Amino acid sequence: MSATQLVEGVLSGNRRDLARLISLIEDEEPSVPEALGQLYRHTGRGHIVGITGPPGSGKSTLVTRMTTEYRTRNKTVGIVCVDPSSPFTGGALLGDRIRMQEHALDREVFVRSMGTRGHLGGLARATSDAVRAIDAFGKDIIIVETVGAGQSEVEVIDIAHTILVIDVPGAGDDIQAIKAGIMEIADIFVVNKSDMPGAERKVTEINAMLDTDPRERAWRPPVLMTNARDGEGIAGLVDTIDAHRKYLVDSGLLAEKGLQRSREELKTIMEHKLTTELMEKLKGLPEYERAIKKIADRSDDPYSVAERLITKFLADYGRRVAESERKR
Amino acid sequence: MSSPKRIRVLVAKPGLDGHDRGAKVVARALRDAGMEVVYTGLRQTPEMIVEAAIQESVHVIGLSILSGAHNALLPRVTELLHKEGADDILVIAGGIIPEDDVPGLKKHGIAEVFGPGTRLSEIVDYIKAHVKL
Repeated sequence: MSATQLVEGVLSGNRRDLARLISLIEDEEPSVPEALGQLYRHTGRGHIVGITGPPGSGKSTLVTRMTTEYRTRNKTVGIVCVDPSSPFTGGALLGDRIRMQEHALDREVFVRSMGTRGHLGGLARATSDAVRAIDAFGKDIIIVETVGAGQSEVEVIDIAHTILVIDVPGAGDDIQAIKAGIMEIADIFVVNKSDMPGAERKVTEINAMLDTDPRERAWRPPVLMTNARDGEGIAGLVDTIDAHRKYLVDSGLLAEKGLQRSREELKTIMEHKLTTELMEKLKGLPEYERAIKKIADRSDDPYSVAERLITKFLADYGRRVAESERKR
Repeated sequence: MSSPKRIRVLVAKPGLDGHDRGAKVVARALRDAGMEVVYTGLRQTPEMIVEAAIQESVHVIGLSILSGAHNALLPRVTELLHKEGADDILVIAGGIIPEDDVPGLKKHGIAEVFGPGTRLSEIVDYIKAHVKL
């Protein structure tokens, strides 16, 4: 089955077709770009919430509780959970679903687990497109749970409208709070496991960090306490996410982010397409192999070779375009 | 490591027994064989297992059961898969299942049953040989 054959099913709400499409996205099936192209017009409706934080901080449990809260508010929910793939075998143990059993039979909740398959940055390469497919499928809220992040897995900012950074009491001192990386990307901070000693101190440390943040922002990230295990603080968290959404809309930031994302995305797609076509042309070309040997034995350098090959590729490309226009 | 197709497996514990050591050992072995293993934990109903298999678009379901309820629960899984048009998913089982019950389970679409003492490599090889990607 090809991705384009699944588009109709996804748009008509067939969850099995959605699941299959996500697999094809992960497997990089050739018709995926065309399928995503057809779905694109139907995206942009869901609110995308990213959740990141260290392993064991309670991300999956928090996602489950948030989902319960969203369901009582009549919102449908899609969830993508990313877990690491082995750098040695490529295998993965995807265990986030264990915590999400209470929604197992709710047809308005769609959960998908994903291995990173060698991708760094806290997400899988396919995550962004999978989120898009779920958006087209029509979920109101889409939650993306990153791998247990260290300090610099910040890629989720490219996808999410609202980012929650989860922290727990007892993990590190106040210097950890002012380090660069994930501490800078939060729209909302969540100190989970609030029943543990040191929770309030953690809140204070994060607030102190925010007080010295030189960026002038109309939205100062709130620091909330939750205890995901028993649901404490979850309604407040969901209210705060709603408030952040409202802020993004009212301030025009949502539109601005949309433009910026479209610009980035177009660039990425063009880069990818150009690189693929270029490499396709070069593959197995004797001239290409000779140039590589020359670079290796230092009789030529990679900078001038790259310049020559690209110039030639673009000239050929221009000629092809001119020819096809003449025929027309 | 990077993309090409990966075998996706759901490892699930149907019914009420609370022993998942075996399921975890198998999940780990499949992971080490390069598969993506979705593990859903204890006390799953057949309905939950089938829904998870569909959302996760797995190629294989591995059911671990030690409670003795296999004749009731396992055919229910294959029946529900059939209803969803998902018969292409390979269903295998393991745990404490008397040999006398195996032919009956196979008749209900359980492809293979792996009892105690099975080598992990045997399960891996079986999946690789029989999975429909």
